[in-house]
Amino acid sequence: MVNKENKQAESSSKLLDWIDQRFPYTETMKQHITEYYASKNFNIWYVFGVLAMVVLVIQLFTGIFLTMNYKPSAADAFSSVEYIMRDVEWGWLIRYMHSTGASFFFIVVYLHMFRAMLYGSYKKPRELIWIIGMLIFIVLMAEAFAGYLLPWGQMSYWGAQVIISIFGAIPFIGEALVEIIRGDYSISDITLNRFFALHVIALPLALVALIFVHIVALHEVGSNNPDGIEIKEHKDHNGIPIDGVAFHPYHTSKDLVAIIIFLMIFSFVVFFAPDMGGYFLEYANFEKANPTATPEHIVPVWYFTPFYALLRAVPDKLGGAIAMGLAVILPLFLPWLDRAKVKSIRYRGWIYKTALTSFVISFVSLGVLGVLPAEGIYISLARFFGFIYFAFFILMPYYSKIDKTKPVPNRVT
Amino acid sequence: MKNIIKKLLISVAALIFSINVFAATEQSLLVANNNPHDVESLQRGARNFMNYCSGCHSAEYVRYEVIASDLGLSDQQVKEYLMFNAQQTFETINTSMLEVDAAGWFGQAPPDLSLMARAKGTDYIYTFLKSFYIDKSSPTGVDNVVLAGTSMPNVLWELQGHQVNLEEDGINHLELEIQGKMSPEEFDFFLRDTVNFLEYMSEPIRNARRALGIKVLFFLAFFLSLAYFLKKEIWKDVK
Repeated sequence: MVNKENKQAESSSKLLDWIDQRFPYTETMKQHITEYYASKNFNIWYVFGVLAMVVLVIQLFTGIFLTMNYKPSAADAFSSVEYIMRDVEWGWLIRYMHSTGASFFFIVVYLHMFRAMLYGSYKKPRELIWIIGMLIFIVLMAEAFAGYLLPWGQMSYWGAQVIISIFGAIPFIGEALVEIIRGDYSISDITLNRFFALHVIALPLALVALIFVHIVALHEVGSNNPDGIEIKEHKDHNGIPIDGVAFHPYHTSKDLVAIIIFLMIFSFVVFFAPDMGGYFLEYANFEKANPTATPEHIVPVWYFTPFYALLRAVPDKLGGAIAMGLAVILPLFLPWLDRAKVKSIRYRGWIYKTALTSFVISFVSLGVLGVLPAEGIYISLARFFGFIYFAFFILMPYYSKIDKTKPVPNRVT
Repeated sequence: MKNIIKKLLISVAALIFSINVFAATEQSLLVANNNPHDVESLQRGARNFMNYCSGCHSAEYVRYEVIASDLGLSDQQVKEYLMFNAQQTFETINTSMLEVDAAGWFGQAPPDLSLMARAKGTDYIYTFLKSFYIDKSSPTGVDNVVLAGTSMPNVLWELQGHQVNLEEDGINHLELEIQGKMSPEEFDFFLRDTVNFLEYMSEPIRNARRALGIKVLFFLAFFLSLAYFLKKEIWKDVK
């Protein structure tokens, strides 16, 4: 019996040797999984990275099956979605998972980004991780936007009409650029086809590549933690960070709990409220795109509304487009805008705490305002919150420097 | 400082509240109050739909055989009572009226009703069907409070009767002038069944989806307890 087990172990180690001589399997596993040490004091804010991966996998997997049944043409797109919903085996589940996944992607990514702002994860030495992350966010927005046109509903069509026309505000090249994006003088079958190509191949490839680089960069410098302390500065005699625990099995077992809780919330939406009161699946999108009938209120999907509110808050079209572009780009510069000596909010002073709170309130309020019609008090409010949004970034070099910080402990708490 | 935060929070709360205010300014709708789990109501609704709607409106994504299995009807029953212009149960609900004719008669072809309940909501359709009133200036002889200038005639006049609009200060007030074959209560009941069927057609999988959801959540809850104890076991030596 014992002999047999030994033999099995021996042959499996032989196989491993054979692989390792040709591919760094054991080395990679150690470096990234079993001997990748991350701080033991991670809190709930640290689950959204892995949850974003889970959503990515859901989107890729369901996307493949949707592509098998969807028809990217203006004449057939809307019907093919209903065909998936009604005639394809489990098609409704695949479609609801994909549409719910789109919204959840943004929920977890926004929370993931907020975590970085809470604990200064973008600060040295993690500037590149943050920049790659911001690129992922921008590609994700493009991916979601392209995907939103595909069901070819009324809101798909008119939302795309509005967003694409923003590029027309750019001087000199605007009109030509809009024509290149649409491939036509208005949104048409041609636009749908190229958006389909972008949505199912070009952008997902870019997304996966960027996420890969994001993780490689993270594993090079190591994860931050709620105290903003570099755990690599305190190692034991084996060279292992004292405050770190191995990714597997420690963080994987912790993440598994978070993933299941996430899946419960996700399933609740998929099975009991897939349209989420018209926010995840907009009611107007149950009508086929009609180029001759403009819907009363054109509203982009909820995850774009903070930026949409900024676009409308500026009276000038070009000015609005610039405000919107700036709002997306500005966070990219956070590593250099932030002059504080400490990373974590735990050791920052009241100024940064107030600034971050105001920022969050502004972002959420802009999101709400983006859904409401741009009239009366709503415009003034959007300007007010837009002002705070920009002030948060532009004034940061000043206020983050004068903010009184607390002493940072040596070891994680 | 706390004051500023307080003021900000209040303004956010006011904003969120104003969404509801915004919604309330649109034409107020009656509540359809239909029960999608009531199979008999759905069966009656299917009959109503085929008798009164399907002459002009298609439901191009809905197949007869799906209605049969979801509503507990046999193929024979569906063929006999619901299929007026189809030969096979796998066909979808189409109207015999040509689109060209429809556009000529009504100005535009009557919309497909497969997804109407999801696009507009059951309350909207319920209120719309109840809100026709006599308008002699209109080509159809009627207008509608919910959708002014609609090109749809009051198809259900025979059942409901005729309403007049005693408008006062811009506020619509409909009153039954001549009662039809049904009492107002019977007519509401008729509409509720019809709207129920329209909602069913907009998402035939709805009830199955919810039933499966409960099973999935139970499974995940069980899985969660295992994962929780696994995590506790693994982390017990971490100080």
